[in-house]
Amino acid sequence: MTTYAVVAEGLLKRYRGGATALDGFDLHAPAGGIYGLLGPNGAGKTTAVRVFATLLRFDAGRAEVAGADVRSQPELVRDRIALTGQYAAVDEVLSGRQNLVLFGRLQHLAARDARRRADELLEQFALTDAAGRSAAEYSGGMRRRLDLAASMIRRPSVLFLDEPTTGLDPRSRNQVWEALRSLVADGTTVLLTTQYLEEADQLAARVAVVDAGRVVAEGTPRELKATIGADRLEIVVEDGGRLADAAAVVAGLTGAAPDTDPDGRRLRMPVTDGVGALVGTVRALQDAGITVSDVGVHRPTLDEVFLELTGANR
Amino acid sequence: MTGPTTVVRDAVPDGARTPASPAVTTHRGRAVADGLVMTGRYLRHVVRAPEEIIIYFSLPIMFVLVFGYVFGSGMQVPGGGGYREFLLPGVFVMTMLYGIGATATGIATDTGRGVVDRFRSMPMARSALMTGRALADQVRAMLEVTVLVVCGLLVGWDWHRGIGNALLAVGLLLLLRLALSWVGMVFGMLTPNPDTVSVIVFPLAFPLSALSNIFVAPQLMPEWLGAISEWNPISATTTAIRELFGNPGLGSDSWPAENALLLAVAWPVALIAIFAPLAVHRYRSLGR
Repeated sequence: MTTYAVVAEGLLKRYRGGATALDGFDLHAPAGGIYGLLGPNGAGKTTAVRVFATLLRFDAGRAEVAGADVRSQPELVRDRIALTGQYAAVDEVLSGRQNLVLFGRLQHLAARDARRRADELLEQFALTDAAGRSAAEYSGGMRRRLDLAASMIRRPSVLFLDEPTTGLDPRSRNQVWEALRSLVADGTTVLLTTQYLEEADQLAARVAVVDAGRVVAEGTPRELKATIGADRLEIVVEDGGRLADAAAVVAGLTGAAPDTDPDGRRLRMPVTDGVGALVGTVRALQDAGITVSDVGVHRPTLDEVFLELTGANR
Repeated sequence: MTGPTTVVRDAVPDGARTPASPAVTTHRGRAVADGLVMTGRYLRHVVRAPEEIIIYFSLPIMFVLVFGYVFGSGMQVPGGGGYREFLLPGVFVMTMLYGIGATATGIATDTGRGVVDRFRSMPMARSALMTGRALADQVRAMLEVTVLVVCGLLVGWDWHRGIGNALLAVGLLLLLRLALSWVGMVFGMLTPNPDTVSVIVFPLAFPLSALSNIFVAPQLMPEWLGAISEWNPISATTTAIRELFGNPGLGSDSWPAENALLLAVAWPVALIAIFAPLAVHRYRSLGR
C-alpha cells in the first residue's frame, strides 16, 4: 500500500477579491523523496503550499498532510511539517544562531538542546562564521540557507519549500539541493514548488504540473516527457544531395518517411528504442554509402512538456 | 496513515529527541512557555538594536525640558504648585501612550515579513506572539518609568505620599501600557508595513495626548474641550497618579476627576476587553 505524505482532493480556494486560486486541486504525493509542483506564476502553487502548511483556509475539498487532516487537526499537521516560503522567514534583528535557538525553543527543545542543534545546523549550512551577525546583514543566499536550517531543526515529516532557490547563485543553489537530498535520505518527504524545470527534473522523483489552480499532469519527469511525444532521432548527412537517398533508407527501416530538412541536411523521426534505432539506422546508412556527420537521440525537455501543458489557455 | 509519522520519529536527531520539559506538557503551560520565549525574543531586539528604545526615550525627555523650562514659566497650575511637579506624571503617561508606536511597529515588522508564517506553521501556542509582546512591553515600560523617575528627580519632581502610593501609581502606568499594547498590536496587524505604522499611530496618539490634562489643566480650557479632556482615558491615569504621587493640579470637582482612580483602572480594562479579542481575531485571520 502506498503511503501518501500529502493528499488533496478537490481543493477550492477563492480569495476575498474573487480570484480563484485553487479550482479543484487534486494531489497524491507519496511519502519519501522529493515531489515537485511545477507551474507558471499565479498557477496556485504557493496557495496550495500555504493551505497544506495550515496558513491559509480553504473553501472546499479535503487535505491531509503527514496523516493528519489539515482542517480538523491543524496542530497535528504543524507538529509534523516545516515550511520555507518564498521570503526568508527569519528574524532580521537576531543573529543567525539566535534565530535557530529561538525556533528550536518554540518547538519545545530544551534550551541546551536548542543551542546544540543550532550549532550543528550552522555548521551544516556553512554559516558558523556568520553565526553572530544579524540576519539582516546576510546575503540572499545565506538568509535562504538560514531559513532552510530553521526548517530542519526537528526533522519534519514533510517539508514544504516554496521556490527554494529563486534568486540564488549556483553555489548556494547546490548547497540547498545537497541539504534537501540529505534530508530526504533521512526519511523526510519534500514538496517543493518551482518554476525551474531543471530543478524539478534534477530533484523530483515525481512532478505535478499546476496551471490555473489545478493539477493538469502528474508523473515522473520521464513519464511527463513521454506524454508529449516519443524520443526523436536526428541525423545530419554530410552531403545534402544525398538527403533523399538517406530518407529512403530510413523509410525502408521504419516503414514511415522521416521529416526532412534540406537546409540543415537533417532527418528527424520519432523512435521508441532510442539507442537501438540510432545504431541500426547509422549502420544502414553506412551500408548505403551515405556519410553521417552528426547523429543523436533527443528527448523532449520538461520545458516542452511545460509549455505544451500550460500553453493552452494563454 | 501512520507511516510518515513513524519515519520521522526514527529520524529525529539525538538533540531533538529529548522530550519537552515537564513545565511545557500541559496546553496552558506550553502557552506560557512559548509566550516567555517570545518575550525573550523581543527583549533581545532591544539589546541588539538599542537605537529604537533610545528614540522612544528622547521624546519624553525632550517634553520635560521644553515644557518644563521653556513653556513652563508661563503655565498655570490650578490650586498652585510647580509646573514641573504637575508635568512629570503627564509625561509618564505620555510615554506609555507613545509606546503604541513601538508595539505596532514591532508587530507590523513581524507580520509584514515572512517570520510570522514560520511561527504560524510551527507547533507553538498561537497566543505566544501577542502575550510575549505584551510582556516585553511591560519590561520596556518599567525601564522607561525608571529612567523618567530619575529624570524627574533631577528636575525637581518628587513623590510625596510614600513609596506604597508611588508604586501603586507605577502599577496604574503599567496597566495603561498593557492596554495600549493590545491597541498597538491591532494597529500593527492592520498595517502590515512597518514604514506606514507611524503615519497611522502618530495622528492617533498626538490628539490623545494634546486633548488631555498632560500639559494643561482642563479647568483652563474652553468648557467643551475641558470635558473631552477630562473623560480622556489618558487623563484618568494622569489624574490618578498625580493624586497618588501627591503632585499638584487636581482641583477639579468634576465626576471623572473625583473618580480618577476608578477610571484609571476601568479605562484600561475596557480597552483590553475590546482590543485583545480584536488582536486575536486579526492574528487568526492573517491567513485568509
